Amino acid sequence: MSSLSRRSLLQFAGGAAALPLVSGLNGGALAATPGTLTIAYNVNLPSFDPTVGLSAVNPTIQSIYQAVFDPFIGQAPDLSFKPGILTKWGWNEDRSKITLDVRKGATWHDGSPVTPEDVVWSLTRAADPKGGNPIQFVWSKVGNYKIDGNTITGDVLEFEPTLFKWMAFLTGYILPKSYYEKVGAEGFEKAPIGSGPYKVDAFERNAFLRLKAHSGYWGPKPAFETVVFKFITDSTSRVAEMESGGSDLTFEIPYEEFDRLKAKPGLAGQTKPVSDIAMIFLTDIDPMLDRNVRLAANHAIDKKSIVDRLLKGYGVPIATLEAPGYAAFDPSIKVAYDPELAKSLLAKSGYSPEKPVKFTIQTTRGFKPKDYEMIQAIVGMWRKVGIDATIEVYEIAKHFELRARHALAPAAFYNWGNAIGDPSTSTGFAMFGPSPHCAWKGKDLVERIGPLWGEKDEAKRIAGYKAVDKYIAEEGEVIPLFQYVQPIIHKKGLKVVSQSNGMILPQLVTPA
Amino acid sequence: MRWGELIRRLVLVPPTLFGVAVIVFVLLRVVPGDPIAMMIPPGASEADIGRLRALYGLDQPILQQFATWLGQVASGDFGRSISVRQRVLELLLARLPATIELALLATMIAVVLGVVAALAGILLRGRRAEWIVDGGIGMLLAIPDFLWALILLLLFGVLIPLLPISGRIDPEIDLNLRSNFYLIESVLAGRFDIAFALLHHMILPAVALALPFAALVARLLKASLAEAEDQDYAQIARARGYSRPNILLHEVFPNALIPTVALGGVQVTLLLGGTVLVERIFSYEGIGNMAIDAVINRDFPLIQGLVLTFAVLFIALNLVVDLVVTMLDPRLRYG
Repeated sequence: MSSLSRRSLLQFAGGAAALPLVSGLNGGALAATPGTLTIAYNVNLPSFDPTVGLSAVNPTIQSIYQAVFDPFIGQAPDLSFKPGILTKWGWNEDRSKITLDVRKGATWHDGSPVTPEDVVWSLTRAADPKGGNPIQFVWSKVGNYKIDGNTITGDVLEFEPTLFKWMAFLTGYILPKSYYEKVGAEGFEKAPIGSGPYKVDAFERNAFLRLKAHSGYWGPKPAFETVVFKFITDSTSRVAEMESGGSDLTFEIPYEEFDRLKAKPGLAGQTKPVSDIAMIFLTDIDPMLDRNVRLAANHAIDKKSIVDRLLKGYGVPIATLEAPGYAAFDPSIKVAYDPELAKSLLAKSGYSPEKPVKFTIQTTRGFKPKDYEMIQAIVGMWRKVGIDATIEVYEIAKHFELRARHALAPAAFYNWGNAIGDPSTSTGFAMFGPSPHCAWKGKDLVERIGPLWGEKDEAKRIAGYKAVDKYIAEEGEVIPLFQYVQPIIHKKGLKVVSQSNGMILPQLVTPA
Repeated sequence: MRWGELIRRLVLVPPTLFGVAVIVFVLLRVVPGDPIAMMIPPGASEADIGRLRALYGLDQPILQQFATWLGQVASGDFGRSISVRQRVLELLLARLPATIELALLATMIAVVLGVVAALAGILLRGRRAEWIVDGGIGMLLAIPDFLWALILLLLFGVLIPLLPISGRIDPEIDLNLRSNFYLIESVLAGRFDIAFALLHHMILPAVALALPFAALVARLLKASLAEAEDQDYAQIARARGYSRPNILLHEVFPNALIPTVALGGVQVTLLLGGTVLVERIFSYEGIGNMAIDAVINRDFPLIQGLVLTFAVLFIALNLVVDLVVTMLDPRLRYG
C-alpha cells in the first residue's frame, strides 16, 4: 500500500471537487461502454445455483441463469422446445424409460468438456430429497441412469408427462459435477461456472453482474463480448437509467413510461404477450359456493375496458387460465362481459344492487402494474350488478402463506406464470385441490384433473385439460383476467428477441 | 460521561441486544409471510413442504428455533440466508462497509452544509436575508431523504446527466481491493482513479441522505448560536471591541456546538435508517438495499442479522456521541 502524502491528499481533494465538472465535460461518462450490452434488470440475483432455494423458482431470474448455464433442453421464443445440451430426448413405447442424447463438443467455462456424467449427476442431485431442489418432485420420477457413449437411459419410476418440458425451465440446468464436488456449494456460489454462452466475470451483490462471452460455447457466438446486468429494482430508477443513457435495455416499466420512452429519439420499444396472466382466485367458501355468485362475478367484469383504460391496451383478455400460445389454449371458450346476465344470476340467489352479496377481495398494491387500480375498477363493476366487495391489500408473501394454508379470502388477485405453456402448470396446479397453490378445493375438479396427471397419450391429455377449462368457465370457479404484455425499451441500433416466456436473453440481443 | 456511566452503558448493551433479538425473532414469526410458502413449487405435496421446512429448521417450535439461533449468534454464526444461501455474517461484513462509507460521506456533507448554513443564518440575524436562510433550511427539512433521492435522480441523472444513478462503482472497473471499504482503502492505497469513480457514484445518494440532516444541524446550531451569542460573555467580548465574526467563531461556536452534537449526533441514526430507501433508489449495494430484499423474501436469518447489525450500530453511535459531547463539555468531564 503506498504512503499517503499531503500532496496526494490535495490531488484527491481537488479531483473530488472537480468530479461533476469532469463528468460533464467528457459527456460520455454515463453512456454505456461500446461492445458491452448493459441491461437494467428488475430483480437482484440472490444465488448462483439455479437448482436450489428461493431463486431457483423465481421465473424472473431465469434470464441470467440461462445466460450462464445451459438448460437440458432449449426453448424457442414461441415456447416450443429445441435442442440444448441434450440433442435428442424421448420416451420409449410404453413410457417406462427415457433416452437422452448429450451434445458432443460442449465445454464448461473452465474449458473442461461437458459429459453425460455431468448430466446424470445433475439429474440425480436434483432428485435427491435432501438436496433442496424445489422441483425435486419432478426429477425424482426418473432414476437408475445408465450411460452408453453420449446416450443416457433412465427408468421411469412414475410417469410425469411434463418431464421434458421441465428440462427447459425451473431448475432444469446442467451443472459441472467435478468442479462442484471440488469447490462445494459455497465455493460454487463464489465462483460459479456453467456451460452457457456467458461466463461470470464479476459480481457485486445488489449492484451488478458482469459476464464475458464463453469462447468455447457450442452455440452461436454472442454478439456482445461483455454483458452487464445492473440490478435496479425500482422501476423509476430503471426509467431514469435509460434516459440517462446508463443502460442499453430495460423492461418491466410502467406502460405510461414505456409509451413516453419509446417516442424519444435514440430509444425504441417493443412489446410481446408473455406467459404470465392476471387472475382472481375464488376460494370454495361462502359466498363462492353459490354458482350464481361466481358466474355473476365473472360476467360483470369488462376485461377489455380494464386492459384499454388501465393498461393502455397492453394486455390480452382471456377466458381460461390458458393464454394464447399455451398447449391447451382453446379460443372457442368464451366468458362474455354481460352485466345484465350477472344481475339476473344474482337475482336468482336473492341479491341485487340494493341488497348486494358481500365478500372480501384481496390484492397486492404495486406488485404488478396497476394491480390495485384494477381491483378497484372490478369492485366498481361488481357494485353495479349487486356485488359489494371490500378490498384488502396485502403483501405477496402473505398471499403465498394464505394460499398454502387454504386461507385466502373468497376472491384474491394474483398473477400466474407458466413459462412452459403446459396446462398442468396452469389449470393443473392452480385448480387441482391437493396442490398447495390451489384455492378451489372442490371434488369436481379433483375428479376431472386427477386422471390427467398420469395420462400417457399427449393428445388425450391436452384435450382433457381443454374440457376441464370449459367446465371451469361454465362453473365460474376462477376469474381469468388477461395475459400480460411485456414492455421492452432499448437503444435504437439493437435488435432484441422477445421471448414468450418473458426472458430477456442477452445472447439473443444483437446490433440491428 | 464518567467512566462509571460508560461502564454502565456498556453493561446494558448485551441485554439491549437480547431484547432486540427476542422482538425481531418473535415478530417475524407472528406477522404473515412464510419463506417456505414462497418457495413451494407447483405440485408439491404436504411431505415436500414439510421437507423444505425441515431443511431450513423452521419445523421446530419457536422457542427451540430461538435457542438454536441464539447459540449460533453467541458463537459468531448468524446462520445461513434462505434466499442468498450464504452465511449471514459473511453477507453483512461484505455489505456493511458500503453503507458505513455512504453514511460517513453523507454525514460529512451534512455537517459542512449545516454549519455553513447556520453561520450564514446567524451572521444575517435580524436582516431580511435571514428569512431566505431559514426558508431554505425549512425546505430541506420538509422533504424526506427518499424524496430528495428521487429529485436528484431525475435532476442529475436525467435532466442534466452529470452523475451515475445506479450502483457503487462502474461495472467496467476491476477493483482488486483487499477490503470492502472500497473508498477508504482506495484513498489510503493512493488509487485515486477508483476513489473518483466511487465518489462519482456516491455523491447523489450521499447528498440525498445529507440534505435533511444538514437542515437539522443548521437549525439546531443556529438556535444554539443565537442563544450563546446573547450570553454575557459574548456581549462583553463585543463591548471590548472584538469583531462579531471573530466572537461567533472563537467564543460562541464552541459552546453552541455541544447541544448540536448531542442532539444532532443522535440523528445520525436516522440517517442510517434512511439508507434503506435511498440505497434502493440508487441501487447502491449496502445493507439497506439488502434489507428490502430480505424482507420481501421473508429471509428470517438475514433479517435477524440485519436488525441486530443496525441495533449494534445505533448503540455504538449513541455511545460515540456521548463520548464526543463529554470531550467537548468540561462540565460533564469534571462535574
